[in-house]
Amino acid sequence: MNQHRRNLLKQATVFGLMASAGLITSAQAQEWSKAAFEGKNLDEVFKALNTASPERSSAISINAPDLAENGALVSVGLSTTLKADQMAILVEKNPSILAGQFYFPAGTAPFIATRIKMAQTSNVYFLVKAEGKWFMAMKEIKVTLGGCAG
Amino acid sequence: MPDPMRIRASEKDGVVDVKILMKHEMESGQRKDASGKTVPAWFITHLNIKAQGKDVFNAHFGSAISKDPFLNIKYKGSKGEKLTVSWLDSKGEKRTDEMLVS
Repeated sequence: MNQHRRNLLKQATVFGLMASAGLITSAQAQEWSKAAFEGKNLDEVFKALNTASPERSSAISINAPDLAENGALVSVGLSTTLKADQMAILVEKNPSILAGQFYFPAGTAPFIATRIKMAQTSNVYFLVKAEGKWFMAMKEIKVTLGGCAG
Repeated sequence: MPDPMRIRASEKDGVVDVKILMKHEMESGQRKDASGKTVPAWFITHLNIKAQGKDVFNAHFGSAISKDPFLNIKYKGSKGEKLTVSWLDSKGEKRTDEMLVS
């Protein structure tokens, strides 16, 4: 118990220092969700994001290939007409499912394009949080060569 | 000191399109080296973009963001604004670069 407490304290101190150095905002320092990023299945990640099961929404547009030859470098993008302040990309069959969580202050378009790694062919979930509720769109991306090693 | 980022930011019709290429290994913790030992995970965890000192974007990355992470975002802004892009990785290394919106 003491060790656990010590680790927590250590983490808090590091984040506190980074926050005071202006490197990251204090809000951010509290938010990197270990539970979400280390979730081993979709349910665990959903739970860590505070949702049982996001509702499917046609208001989310996905820009992703049907087939990725190189799993180390899969270009994906998403945007939405919902008033989103948060997005997340989840790869169901990756060792770590949650690839990234993105935060949009007012004035920033609910749009993101990035590149992710995929270990194998998998369903990819594109989540959008709008007005406190998570929505999602899903697409299967086939992978010729897995990118876990990349 | 980590390598600098490549940042492009251009304004059109009141929207600034920002493209960032970070230089980082983004080790997943899944890879093994030549001797068969697992290479420990090491990846960018936080990314922050400020325009004129005000947050316009934040991200938390996991290990499944590709090596040399690429990011494209859009925010309401104007030419000449100063963008400050900072990242922090799981070892506590960090990098900040600045760019004027063109």
